Amino acid sequence: MADLSANGAITGSNVAVTPLSTTDGRSLKTALAAAQSRAKRRALLLVLPLLLFILISFVLPIGQMLLRSVHNDAFSANMPVLSAWFDENPGKAPDEAAYSALVSDLRQARADKTAGLIGTRVNYDLAGSRSMFTAAARKAPELEPPYRDAVLAINADWGNPALWQAMRSASTPYTANFYLAALDMTRDPQGNIVRVEESRRIYVSHFVKTFVFSGVITAICLILAYPVAHMLATLPLGKSNLLMILVLLPFWTSLLVRTTSWMVLLQEQGVVNNALVATGTVDPANRLSMMYNQTGTVIAMVHILLPFMILPLYAVMRPIKPHYVRAARSLGASSWTAFRQVYLPQTLPGIGAGALLVFILAVGYYITPALVGGASGQMISNFIAYHMQSSLNWSMAAALAAILLAAVLLLYWLYDRLVGIDNIKLG
Amino acid sequence: MSTATAARINPEDDVKDSFVSFERVQKSYDGETLVVKDLNLTIAKGEFLTMLGPSGSGKTTCLMMLAGFETATSGEILLAGRPINSVPPHKRGIGMVFQNYALFPHMTVGENLAFPLKVRGLGKAERDAKIVRALDMVQMGRLVNRRPAQMSGGQQQRIALARALVFDPQLVLMDEPLGALDKQLREHMQFEIKRLHEELGITVVYVTHDQGEALTMSDRVAVFNDGRIQQLAPPAELYERPVNSFVAQFIGENNKLPGRIEALGQGVATVRLVTGELIDATPVNITAAGQETLVSIRPERIEFKPEMMPAGAHRIGAQVLDVIYMGDVLRVRMKVAGSEDFVMKCRNTLGQRRFKPGELVEIGWHPEDARALDPI
Ligand SMILES: Nc1ncnc2c1ncn2[C@@H]1O[C@H](COP(=O)(O)OP(=O)(O)OP(=O)(O)O)[C@@H](O)[C@H]1O
Ligand SMILES: [Mg+2]
Repeated sequence: MADLSANGAITGSNVAVTPLSTTDGRSLKTALAAAQSRAKRRALLLVLPLLLFILISFVLPIGQMLLRSVHNDAFSANMPVLSAWFDENPGKAPDEAAYSALVSDLRQARADKTAGLIGTRVNYDLAGSRSMFTAAARKAPELEPPYRDAVLAINADWGNPALWQAMRSASTPYTANFYLAALDMTRDPQGNIVRVEESRRIYVSHFVKTFVFSGVITAICLILAYPVAHMLATLPLGKSNLLMILVLLPFWTSLLVRTTSWMVLLQEQGVVNNALVATGTVDPANRLSMMYNQTGTVIAMVHILLPFMILPLYAVMRPIKPHYVRAARSLGASSWTAFRQVYLPQTLPGIGAGALLVFILAVGYYITPALVGGASGQMISNFIAYHMQSSLNWSMAAALAAILLAAVLLLYWLYDRLVGIDNIKLG
Repeated sequence: MSTATAARINPEDDVKDSFVSFERVQKSYDGETLVVKDLNLTIAKGEFLTMLGPSGSGKTTCLMMLAGFETATSGEILLAGRPINSVPPHKRGIGMVFQNYALFPHMTVGENLAFPLKVRGLGKAERDAKIVRALDMVQMGRLVNRRPAQMSGGQQQRIALARALVFDPQLVLMDEPLGALDKQLREHMQFEIKRLHEELGITVVYVTHDQGEALTMSDRVAVFNDGRIQQLAPPAELYERPVNSFVAQFIGENNKLPGRIEALGQGVATVRLVTGELIDATPVNITAAGQETLVSIRPERIEFKPEMMPAGAHRIGAQVLDVIYMGDVLRVRMKVAGSEDFVMKCRNTLGQRRFKPGELVEIGWHPEDARALDPI
């Protein structure tokens, strides 16, 4: 007993209970930690490859993307003299020194063949300015002072304050302008944040549309999947396994094949329309347009995402025994009350998991809307793809993607607050 | 209460105040085999009726038909004189206790008990009063706010019982409600259920395959086998006067001596055992001389002390094979008339004779305790 309390004194523990010790006098905690550390090290070694993989394939790219959305040094790195002038003269209108800096940078750009890059960067903020840079760079070697007049002689637009505002904001490698653009906003020549003109506001409406679409798709999936999952869960195992194969069949078919088969079915000269016309339900002159619009996107995406709703629902429903509903019925509940108050609450974790899964997948879906969406069925991911592949404005793509990510995280947080994340069950 | 007593005193005469009756009920799940074959059963108001039988004999099926979760393939089920085949389960007003309790896992005990009251549209005050009363009935008042997962099996069982009783049903069905409990708790709950049955005057249909439970709790027991009621009788009669070999073997321990009927008289049958010995027995379900038979004798009705043997007892020689010490009794296995699993039970009293294997003794029983039954 004496060395027990001594032990307690050594470890400095002030709690009322004396720490237990092993028979050889070490404190129980230390002994336990020592005994477990080997197992822990081994476990860590086992997960190390996965950890590295996640780091390389997930954390790094996302970090890279977030960085790219606020960082672009195409201008600042290639126009050092002018960037220095912007630094030294905050808020000042361009003077002869500025034009001289511009010309010297343009000469260098011609030698390095970077005029296109620089022009592209400024073009993000001010459309139509890329060609001014390439043209001016071509003529830069022959220009004589005074440079202001010489440059304006090439193109009078060089005097445009909006252009100088765009160059000034591009002269710092870090900028929030891509986020502004992604939210349909810009800076006026005075540097104030304003909304872009009506006709060029595209992103916010597409964000809204993406979320509304995803919500609709999630709701349709839930309505379709619930009875199916219930049937699968109540059938004898043999039959339900067979049906489960049918549910999973789409997973084994290429996404592209499935999407094109929807095109074959739903287009104006497609199978469904032909059948409707043949049976006289639809007038040949106004065939239903179910493809290359929002309807097409919703139909095809519901089909693709349905298994993601069925599987978690099935996993939650399978272990719910019929005797709960029977008990409710014997206690006097009608079948509807028994469903609503006894069965449905027990499937909530599955509903939560399925809905979250489908919604998040839908928000980021790209191929299907691109193929069957037409003009009105495009989602925000199609714009991200456009900026990645066509306009090559990766910073813009990154900003859009980051906003999408933030919105999804926000939803996730909301879900956690409202339903509780531990109320999710995938199997 | 008075009806319950009446049912016990005069169990056969229950037709006039029949509360539940099955009339020629048959049930088939697959259209090929009958799970319940021609069930006729009348249950009096206030009676405690137990359905006892081996696994798969159709007990649960009968209960489910009564509760409304299965429909009878043919025949009629009457509740308080009205046919209920077309009444949906929630309109039957029958309380039910399931083997695995079926407490709603997402509700607390209080909410579970409030459920049947809410769906009946009772107000909060009335609900609370009934819940308190029902919980007190099973002595679980302090657990109102627990969830089912936070309770032991015995506690869950009590709550399930309280939930089935809270809305004052006239009829309560229990399907092996104590199957998952340990022996001690089970015996305690048997007592509790019996007490509630008597206090509340409810009619109980109880399913079990534990014969001890059936015998101690019931007013009458229906022994099921193969989709039929083999015998419907009060416990004592069931034990002492089984009507066929199945019941005799299913209820309690039983010695069987195979033989052939030599002569069949008024209330006595002379049986020639396989060893050639002649014994007297009470004929039960044999009809003619020359028939094969099984003579059944309860182990505790066998005597070996000459002074204890009843007048007119039949004596026979036996060889002790082994003795099993069971605490309160000694179980003596012996060879009698060619049968090697003949068992005699003697009380473990002070100075009781200790048998040794190989010993030869003379045992005897009264012919009334030897019942000549159908061979199986
Ligand atoms: N839903 C069902 N579908 C098909 N057959 C069934 C169904 N339920 C029960 N059976 C069959 O009916 C027969 C009687 O079953 P039941 O459940 O009534 O027996 P039980 O007497 O309650 O048995 P236990 O003591 O094991 O509970 C069994 O052979 C069983 O296989
Ligand atoms: Mg059963």
